[in-house]
Amino acid sequence: MSQAARLAHGGAIDRARPLEFLFDTQALSGFAGDTVASALLANEVRLTGRSFKLHRPRGIVGAGYEDAGVMVHRLAPRPATNQLATTLPLESGMRLTSVNAWPSAAFDVGAIAQGFSRLLPAGFYYKTFMLPGWHWFESSIRNRAGLGRVPGDDAWQPVTESRYGHCDVLVAGAGAAGLAAALVAARSGAQVMLVDDGLTFGGRLVNDGMVLNGVAATAWVDAVITELLASANVRILQRSTVWSYLEHNYLAVLERSPRDAPGLDLRNWKIRARQVIIASGAIERPIAFTNNDRPGIMLASAVRTYINRFAVLPGRMAVVFTNTDFGHAAAADLARAGASVTVIDNRSAPDTAMLAATRALGITCHIGSQVRRAHGARRVSAIDVVDAKGLTMRLACDLLATSGGWNPAIHLASHTRQARVSWSPVLHGFVAEPGSGVDSFRLAGAANGHLGAADCLRDGEKAARAALVAIGRSPAAIDLPAMAVEATGIGLALWAVSPRSRHDKIFVDFSGDVTTADLGLAVREGFDSIELVKRYTTAGMGVDQGKTGNTSVIGLIGDLTNAPPAMVGTTTFRPPFVPVEFGAIAGARSGARLTPWRHTPLTPWHIANGAVMVEAGLRWQRPGYYARPGESWMQAATREAHAVRESVGIYDGTPLGKFQLKGPGVPTLLDLLYINDFAALKPGRGKYGVMLTDDGLILDDGVTFRLDETHWLLHSSTGGADRVHQHIEMLLNLHRSDLNVSVIPVTSAWANATICGPMARDLLRALDPDFDVSSESFPFMAMREGTVGQLPVRVFRVSWTGELSFEVNTAPRHALALWEKIMQVGERFGITPVGSETSHILRVEAGYLSTGHEVDGTSDVHDLGLGAMVSKTKTDFIGKRSMELRRRLDPVRPELVGLLPVDPACIVPDGAPITPGGQRADQEGFVSACVASVTCKRSIALGLLRNGRSRMGETVHARVYERIIPMVVVAPVFHDADRSRVKS
Amino acid sequence: MLLLSCPFCGPRSETEFTCFGELVPSRPADPNALSDSDWADYVVLRRNLRGVQRERWWHGRGCGSWLVVQRDTVTHQISAPLCSPEDAQ
Repeated sequence: MSQAARLAHGGAIDRARPLEFLFDTQALSGFAGDTVASALLANEVRLTGRSFKLHRPRGIVGAGYEDAGVMVHRLAPRPATNQLATTLPLESGMRLTSVNAWPSAAFDVGAIAQGFSRLLPAGFYYKTFMLPGWHWFESSIRNRAGLGRVPGDDAWQPVTESRYGHCDVLVAGAGAAGLAAALVAARSGAQVMLVDDGLTFGGRLVNDGMVLNGVAATAWVDAVITELLASANVRILQRSTVWSYLEHNYLAVLERSPRDAPGLDLRNWKIRARQVIIASGAIERPIAFTNNDRPGIMLASAVRTYINRFAVLPGRMAVVFTNTDFGHAAAADLARAGASVTVIDNRSAPDTAMLAATRALGITCHIGSQVRRAHGARRVSAIDVVDAKGLTMRLACDLLATSGGWNPAIHLASHTRQARVSWSPVLHGFVAEPGSGVDSFRLAGAANGHLGAADCLRDGEKAARAALVAIGRSPAAIDLPAMAVEATGIGLALWAVSPRSRHDKIFVDFSGDVTTADLGLAVREGFDSIELVKRYTTAGMGVDQGKTGNTSVIGLIGDLTNAPPAMVGTTTFRPPFVPVEFGAIAGARSGARLTPWRHTPLTPWHIANGAVMVEAGLRWQRPGYYARPGESWMQAATREAHAVRESVGIYDGTPLGKFQLKGPGVPTLLDLLYINDFAALKPGRGKYGVMLTDDGLILDDGVTFRLDETHWLLHSSTGGADRVHQHIEMLLNLHRSDLNVSVIPVTSAWANATICGPMARDLLRALDPDFDVSSESFPFMAMREGTVGQLPVRVFRVSWTGELSFEVNTAPRHALALWEKIMQVGERFGITPVGSETSHILRVEAGYLSTGHEVDGTSDVHDLGLGAMVSKTKTDFIGKRSMELRRRLDPVRPELVGLLPVDPACIVPDGAPITPGGQRADQEGFVSACVASVTCKRSIALGLLRNGRSRMGETVHARVYERIIPMVVVAPVFHDADRSRVKS
Repeated sequence: MLLLSCPFCGPRSETEFTCFGELVPSRPADPNALSDSDWADYVVLRRNLRGVQRERWWHGRGCGSWLVVQRDTVTHQISAPLCSPEDAQ
């Protein structure tokens, strides 16, 4: 085919650059500047897809984002599905197929659904698939549902970017109003961003073939764009859509194929604008009648766009069914392009001068008449017209353009939640304006309810002037182009023409195959609020999100419930305004680029020595284990654990949360923060503490040292550091602002090499410390400041392993030197680097708690066997009141226990539920951690069990995927129960 | 994405802040003096207003100050300058 419907002249296309492409099985051609839709129309392809539910034949209805009905699957280049034909630029070598049709749009097996349409009314899911149960039907329905098929391994992976932008004035839309507004703002020196979603600029000025200053509008549009492009204070985002307008003038804009970045497919802008001008135009609304979804029935504005912008004549035997003066303009465009045209005007008395002008072009006009029905199967071939006297005649045609009126595109204004939306009795549609006191945005042009292009130009200029004044700039003057007066009359609302039979299908929402009968059914069944109608019928929930049909649905529901549309109201407009690729929102931010990993200064050493790195909480990377060749993780962890129990191990404790507290108020703060007493702690000594939140549950635990009279160091868990910081800050700022305390997070300011094991003291002594390391001089829970191996250190005697342990802290710059020195001197002690898997085994053996395992946000300190720690003297600490209240009201508590699986080789998964007898029943506890113990030479576990402490010796059962694991309840400590090793 | 004008740092994006919900009175000096239900109300009960409410925000990824924000929960309009909790009492 050779573009039979292409006009010889005009259009914003490049006839010198033909582009070949394939649609289903047809080899076709178009020109650079075409969309896929305009190229299909140029080749007289009318049937482009099948509808979502009923598989009815469908064609191109609109010329932009408003027609989401024509989606194509792009096989090449860059395989992707559900691409919108009306906005997708044509490329050379494209291979496209229709979606929701198999094997092709023209011959679709699924079309059999039309025969069953009476079984598929609104709400059919809820009615038809009741027995024996929804699940029985689900898989076959899911198979048929949805539109395109996700491409396989060759799927397009767009190159995306996400970036921020700032401007004084953002103008959404480069039609008449938007161009005028941008020009005023640019000349006034403001930082301007102009966003337009068209392949070229100008909006309706170009679509409707307007004449400005006596020549085609493109001349003025080009001149304005040239001036804006030359202005350093203006950025133009072409092929871009403002898809979300959030609070405080924060807008998301999707820019497609940015011109300044070759190779970049999509860029998502997040823009903070001081002022926003919404010049997004208006969407023409169709008039509904029987079989109004036949291919060849289009919006009049789309017909004009195809003729004027793309030089395509969508039909030679055209009928325009109109309720507006714009239909007459469309008829004139059609006649001038060479079509024979008939106008069916619903209004009984349209403007006589306009009518005369239409007739002067040789166009037949029937006034006071309506199109009742379309004929033709795969394409409209004829229509039934009912005239004012009720007589019906049949007209043959291959194109029917409808013009029912205009719905201002108020979506973005609605996103702000600061717009007042009201019903316009002039437009018979909803209009928006900034709410009272809102001065951050304004609507302009057709989006503001102005229909004539000259009005739109003036309104754009006016909006820009107001926006500039609002930000303290004096607006510059522009000369608006001269243009002829346009007829902009609109008749009383006509949503749908009454059908002859109740079985006739009149579509109000093409995306979801929603008919007027569905609306009637919804109202009859009581779903008569517009929000319920939407959800019950799916009107406005399809891929076009009701852009063309919603106002008609509201009008029809008003008719059915005898309520004016203003009372029916609108459903909520939500972002995104158009479909947006997730990849564009993410940009380059994925994995470690989204949330960077935290590394200790020792990461390179760990990796060089075989460490398998894992996350230890809050994105900290720590060695999980150091694998030797041929070792499994379990073998490595067991070997490392043996080393700690028998000689000496070393681990990188750097990620442990650390906070420096200073000031005279610290003792009072700590006594409020912790369940136990800290005020009396002596300098150089530390204490293990547990802190709660005021709901009585455990926030975190750790050891806090008093370095000197007013200087303290508080340790938190690795993963809890941020919430502990926040908790302390809140306490100091909101509840006890009288306390004189400064808090500085110093986690990263100290690297920590922890040596642990029975030979830890010998090793430390061999490292030539400048302080006495004997047990008498340096006892458990003490700290020393000095040098080890000539490096400045702070050493804390704390243990989380159940062995003698020294946490050697130094500045990060000394970390590697310290670590290597310890490894070198430690060689003769058999020193072994150990990872977090080993730490986990050791702490379970010793019965130490872990945040995230036993401390799970539901257990309290008594549950975990720490009740003896609770201060007997303090009348108050954070969480005391709630903890006592909860225990008083609910004395049956989960309690920490040790568990020995009856099968000593069985490792129970963490979190496994414990149920009575292992039966399918409510759980009475869970396994918090289970490891292969090196001291017990069997599997051991910790868990929380209802009334567990009084159930020692009892056999309980974990239930894991229908498997029942018996375990014996024992005390929750398996090693160093008297803590003699730790304190040695 | 709110734009909050920190009195110390100037206008900053919401991502630098953490919201702690409605501004409630400071922690009672003696929790034991409250009845069980008054204490439970203090810990958990918030009004969840539709409209203008005063909230506690923390500029944790900025200067670290605690601020009171008077915000409309529907429109996000901020109707008073941000201030410290003491100044808001």
